Amino acid sequence: MAKIEWMLNGTPISSDIDLSMRLLDYLRDHQHLKGPKEGCGEGECGACAVLIDHQIANSCLVPMANVAGHEVVTIEGFAKTKRYQIIQQAFIDCGAVQCGFCTPGMIIATESLLHHQPQPTISEIKVALSGNLCRCTGYNMIIEAITLAAKRGRGEW
Amino acid sequence: MVEARIPHSLQEALILMSQATYTIVNGATDLLVQKRSWSGTIPKFSQPPLYIRGLKELDYICERSGMLEIGATTSLETILHHPKTPKILQHIILTMASPAIRHQATLSGNIQNASPAGDSLVGLYLLDASIVLHNRHHERVISIQDFIVDVRKTMREADELITKVVLPIDKFSQCAYTKVGPRKTDAIAKVAFGGLIDIENDRIRDIRIAFGAVYKTVLRSRKIEESLMGKDRSAVPEMKHVLLEGYASLIQPIDDQRSNRWYRKTTALNLLEAFLDSISR
Repeated sequence: MAKIEWMLNGTPISSDIDLSMRLLDYLRDHQHLKGPKEGCGEGECGACAVLIDHQIANSCLVPMANVAGHEVVTIEGFAKTKRYQIIQQAFIDCGAVQCGFCTPGMIIATESLLHHQPQPTISEIKVALSGNLCRCTGYNMIIEAITLAAKRGRGEW
Repeated sequence: MVEARIPHSLQEALILMSQATYTIVNGATDLLVQKRSWSGTIPKFSQPPLYIRGLKELDYICERSGMLEIGATTSLETILHHPKTPKILQHIILTMASPAIRHQATLSGNIQNASPAGDSLVGLYLLDASIVLHNRHHERVISIQDFIVDVRKTMREADELITKVVLPIDKFSQCAYTKVGPRKTDAIAKVAFGGLIDIENDRIRDIRIAFGAVYKTVLRSRKIEESLMGKDRSAVPEMKHVLLEGYASLIQPIDDQRSNRWYRKTTALNLLEAFLDSISR
């Protein structure tokens, strides 16, 4: 056990915690943030995605030691922003959500992309989604939703 | 009992490592997969982990004396976007992992894992990368070929830390890299192939060929490469049969859950043939 200082969804946190605990387990079991999901547990599906310092990361592969001094944002924290509203509406309008299990991770991947590349090409969108699996939509609608979000949210990123 | 630690400086890390044996954890993207158990349980390490990913003094990439130096905690994403990163390494990083993993994972972690299928290793062997290690008292530099001695075995001593990787600045006119796997990113390679060529006035000044996942380490034969040095590119088709036979005698893949030895060997030689054909065109 050791003490680490970090930020979670805009709030400073001081955690006395096992450094090897996975960030995903901490978020779901200690903070009751159920947006990040455990799909594969091996970094292959992206269902557990969060933002660390504005960049997408798989929380199943991040030990608590590696969040010390960093800012973590989950889908619950991101949902309070205007950018989230734009992405959410684009996903709804394009039919980019079916079962919804992958959706928090897809939205986190979208924010991570648009934060660094506000007007991405289709090719850049595909690369940005390369770590997120969706078993329902076939990806086309998600790619269309991200294109639409970038267009509607011009100036927000 | 020794506990998991987060050192706040390189010096503190080296002092801790001189006092006890730790498992070095950097980006953790491979180690947490190896050490995880059920959801909600703590990953188990046989030795206490030393979490070095936060060491800012090792988070850099810069050109120095004509070489590219990459600190041990620099993310793959940072390496990917640096203007001096060799093209072969950029290709590899793009197919190696998704953005989510690239933001956390490091080159030194991939090296220390020493997997025969380690994606970045193919590029590092081709580029003749050097590994810089530090312990509390000394620094030593060792070539990647000498550093990795067997499957998941390296020359690193328990009190040593990889502090940086040193690469030559790119001088090759042509590079090729193919990873064969079930998915473009986030998949372990069944076979990987990489080639570099420097050609001037149709003459081969330098050529390097490496295979991943077909031997206990990345496979590279300087003897075969030397047989091509100085040759005109038009001579390659005549030499192709001998070259393929040469590598066929060296490639020794295994059967495992990802592929089998016949597929790996056949595919590796097909990729080599395509690369040799591209030289003479």
